[in-house]
Amino acid sequence: MDRAATADRIAALIAPFNKKGVEVTDATTFAGDLEFDSLTVMDFVAAIEDEFDIIISMNQQAEIESYGQLVDAVVKLRG
Amino acid sequence: MEDLFSKFDPLIKQRTDLLATGVTDPFSLVMERVLSPTVAVCNGKETILLGTYNYIGMTFDPDVIAAGEQALEDFGTGTTGSRVLNGTYAGHRAVEEALKQFYAMDYAMVFSTGYQANLGIISTVAGKGDYIVLDIDSHASIWDGCKLGDAEVVPFKHNDIEAMEKRLKRIPEGAGKLVILEGVYSMLGDIAPLKEMIRIAKANGAMVLVDEAHSMGFIGPNGRGVAEDQGVLDQVDFVIGTFSKSVGTVGGFCVSNHPKFEILRLVCRPYVFTASLPPSVVATAATSIRKLMHAGNKRAHLWENSRVLHQGLRDLGFQLGTSEPQSAIIAVIMPDLEHGAGMWEALLHEGLYVNLARPPATPAGMTLLRCSLCAEHSAEQVQTIIGMFERAGKAAGIL
Repeated sequence: MDRAATADRIAALIAPFNKKGVEVTDATTFAGDLEFDSLTVMDFVAAIEDEFDIIISMNQQAEIESYGQLVDAVVKLRG
Repeated sequence: MEDLFSKFDPLIKQRTDLLATGVTDPFSLVMERVLSPTVAVCNGKETILLGTYNYIGMTFDPDVIAAGEQALEDFGTGTTGSRVLNGTYAGHRAVEEALKQFYAMDYAMVFSTGYQANLGIISTVAGKGDYIVLDIDSHASIWDGCKLGDAEVVPFKHNDIEAMEKRLKRIPEGAGKLVILEGVYSMLGDIAPLKEMIRIAKANGAMVLVDEAHSMGFIGPNGRGVAEDQGVLDQVDFVIGTFSKSVGTVGGFCVSNHPKFEILRLVCRPYVFTASLPPSVVATAATSIRKLMHAGNKRAHLWENSRVLHQGLRDLGFQLGTSEPQSAIIAVIMPDLEHGAGMWEALLHEGLYVNLARPPATPAGMTLLRCSLCAEHSAEQVQTIIGMFERAGKAAGIL
């Protein structure tokens, strides 16, 4: 699957967590722009993991701050 | 100069605002005198203790005290050394023997605290390239053990069997796997469905570590914990426990049947690079553990206390962490930190001490008044406690 298709699927998963309707670009950060707290992060990561049948370990999560970084990480994890 | 303490400003403000309301600081209470496992003097007032984890009440057991006094006299106040250098005395070996007998397991290793037991075993057993799959509500010592080690850390939703299984199945072929669970989760006092979780962990080739800190001495036919109670203790690779709850002193341990277990004494840094427990502590622990093997009556009374308090609080209209008593912990859910602190203070004025628990220690951002019962609480004390909750609940606007 190409990056654009992966990005679309991730964007759809962000929507229910994007309470303020922030516009999501590659530079959008989860903690800063989307105001995800630790509980939201857990639910969101679980949703991504289930959607793509992957594991994003906490070690990997620490490197992911923005939407663009998450899309890249998911593309890479799916090989 | 950038003030390195700036990061604490939000917490400092929250704390200042809370104390400005005039409420007593819930995190600086002093036990001026301790009269028994269930009563202490706080602010000059006799106070019933309902937040000590002193489940069996061993802290004032005459045999346990005598053993400690004898060891103080015979071996001195401390070892001043690591277990692997000059810090292993006869008493350290004796308490490890007592643990092996208590759990009917082949090996036991004693740490200076329960926190260090988790820190040491987890960070040493799971290394680079291995995967740790753990419950999101795990105790801080488990998380810190993960952080100290180099394994990939994969949490799953609390007690969610399916979420755990999915994550186990996604781990790359050939990677080492450690599943970490707790028997009793200490914030809400709920237990884990260990039978099913351990079956799945084993079916997926994982080793299993279970923290039984809050179950030792009173859950399971021999008081070995929730895994024993659910008939799966023989499937557990590592049981972590503590001396600071039912045993009534301080220290931590791991028991295991792994044939290579003893090598951990040389490679586990939180075991090697710290001083061993004082001789009096290991002597009290060994005596206490041996008495816990025959504490059937105390155990029965503790369960009775837990059932009566749970029912009493529920009848008053409090919201509790579990719908039925699953352990000796009963968590009363507060609407927010302000009400929680107010209720905590109102209880203290009544003469009752409970734990005020708040994020990040609690799940889902909850504020809890956590009660832990003791086998030495009399039936009368439990009724007194229920009355105190009723009056304080009304005074604090909870009921």
